[in-house]
Amino acid sequence: MIARLGRGVLEFVVGDDWRVAAAVVVALLATAGLAGLGLAAWWLLPLATVAILHFAIRGAVSTTRPR
Amino acid sequence: MTGPEISLIVSVFLACAVEAVEAFTIVLAVGSTRHWSSALLGVGAAVLVLAVLVGALGPALTRLPIDVLRVAVGGLLLVFGLQWLGKAILRAAGAKALHDELAAFADEREAAAEAPAEEGVDRYAFAISFKAVLLEGLEVAFIVLTFGANQHRVPLAATAAAVAVAVVIAAGIAARAPLARVPENPMKFAVGVLITTFGVFWGAEGAGATWPGGEAALAPLALAILAASLLMVRDLRGPGMRGAGEVAA
Repeated sequence: MIARLGRGVLEFVVGDDWRVAAAVVVALLATAGLAGLGLAAWWLLPLATVAILHFAIRGAVSTTRPR
Repeated sequence: MTGPEISLIVSVFLACAVEAVEAFTIVLAVGSTRHWSSALLGVGAAVLVLAVLVGALGPALTRLPIDVLRVAVGGLLLVFGLQWLGKAILRAAGAKALHDELAAFADEREAAAEAPAEEGVDRYAFAISFKAVLLEGLEVAFIVLTFGANQHRVPLAATAAAVAVAVVIAAGIAARAPLARVPENPMKFAVGVLITTFGVFWGAEGAGATWPGGEAALAPLALAILAASLLMVRDLRGPGMRGAGEVAA
């Protein structure tokens, strides 16, 4: 029951495409890495977000294209 | 009232209104076809579960250290916002079917009429109403908790959600029909942009980045995400994408 609940929560948060969640985690880690080095890091997450959104949408559409 | 507080109210209100419209359609179909008391009992039980969830998790979240809270909430909001925004972009571009309240109402009525009748409390009407309100409400509870906890304004977020539900119920009672004319996708688009913006802002701050201008960076950030999203809609509508199929719901 707890495992099912955990799976349900994970599915709720991660959604249809786990790669989006994974990419967000990588982008946050990269931001933390830049900030940790004392470099300007604010620009990274907005750019990564637009790129993630673009690839997620392209991926969703390309799977439905007639071959 | 500060800019982030206004954004909190707008985001929660719009998100809650959209989800309440969808839940209202299902409850109306089940209640009018089966048994109103049982359907409303299901609604009450789901609202109680959601209230307990927000009441229990809200204070717990606000006790987390601010950087931990910001990076966790920012990351979650970003993942969640990208889902909302992605679907809204696909719908705006015609690559995914718009949510049709009249069709959903007809489907729910048909299913409700086929289920066996029961005496006393109608378990079908209770279960369908409970599930509809709980599932639609969970997304709102998530937004209320994340936005509210990060600004230490969970009661304000919960109030915005309650007002949205009251407005939808009042409109539904007045119309006595599914609220099919509510512009659901533009509202979801706006919520997706706002959630994604705050996810980026808080996520980056929690990860150690410093925004130029502090909170003043929120408005240009939202505009940039909106502009990029609209470009994606235009790109999807372009000649290169014609002939592409429709993305499943």
